[in-house]
Amino acid sequence: MSVTDKQFLNPEKWVSSYADYLFNYTISRVNDRDLAKDLVQDTFFSALKAKDNFKGESTERTWLIAILKRKIVDYYRKINSTKGKAEVRMSFYAEGEREGEWLEEHAPTDWSGEIEKKIENEELAIVLEKCIESLPKKYGMVFRMKTVHQIETEDICNELDITATNFWVIIHRARTQLRKCMEENWFKI
Amino acid sequence: MKITCDEATEICDKNQYKEASLWERMKLGIHLFLCKKCGLYAKQNKMMSVCLRKLKEAESLKKHHLNQDEKEFMEQELQTKIKS
Repeated sequence: MSVTDKQFLNPEKWVSSYADYLFNYTISRVNDRDLAKDLVQDTFFSALKAKDNFKGESTERTWLIAILKRKIVDYYRKINSTKGKAEVRMSFYAEGEREGEWLEEHAPTDWSGEIEKKIENEELAIVLEKCIESLPKKYGMVFRMKTVHQIETEDICNELDITATNFWVIIHRARTQLRKCMEENWFKI
Repeated sequence: MKITCDEATEICDKNQYKEASLWERMKLGIHLFLCKKCGLYAKQNKMMSVCLRKLKEAESLKKHHLNQDEKEFMEQELQTKIKS
């Protein structure tokens, strides 16, 4: 960007110019309307406080997104630190001679009946949504970003400050738990 | 070459996004040849991906936005801070 393109902040216009854009961005990360609203509002407040730090080297929008990204990673760390961990249901033996083998009650069983019809059924989406909702928050967040919102693996890792290895472990645990949930609540009833 | 069910299904999950490497897919292939449970997992995982694709398609049609009241409220809150 050349010197003549130097950008200026105009907080009076932030809500009308960027609220929807920021809100959309946030929803695809946190999947919660109220929370997304709070994060966007918070972003505007933080931006206002930090406005003297704005060098005019990027656009106003890019600058606001950078602030919002920090809010999102803070949120992710919060759900990752405390309660998130205890809720994870393991599907495999974690230690001993059978380490890595299926735990009997988590191993897949045959889905009998008319699977094709069940996949076509409109109500499937509701049950699937509920199953995703039942995942521990951090798993749900990462899983949705990747699977529902199709954000690239590399971008998710950067945004949430996690390694690719960690990312795939999360996806793996989410999917094994999800399969089990769908087996119990949809494919075997 | 030998991997556990936990590792095999992780590769299988990664493969749903077409991001497993050739080497990983080979290890998975061998495991699936020998392990019935994981074979079933792989089959059902594909069906899960079909289901999830529907969710993804529905989501891509949605446009999330704030309603007028919500924006006005945000605006007011921000204005108070600008003035203080």
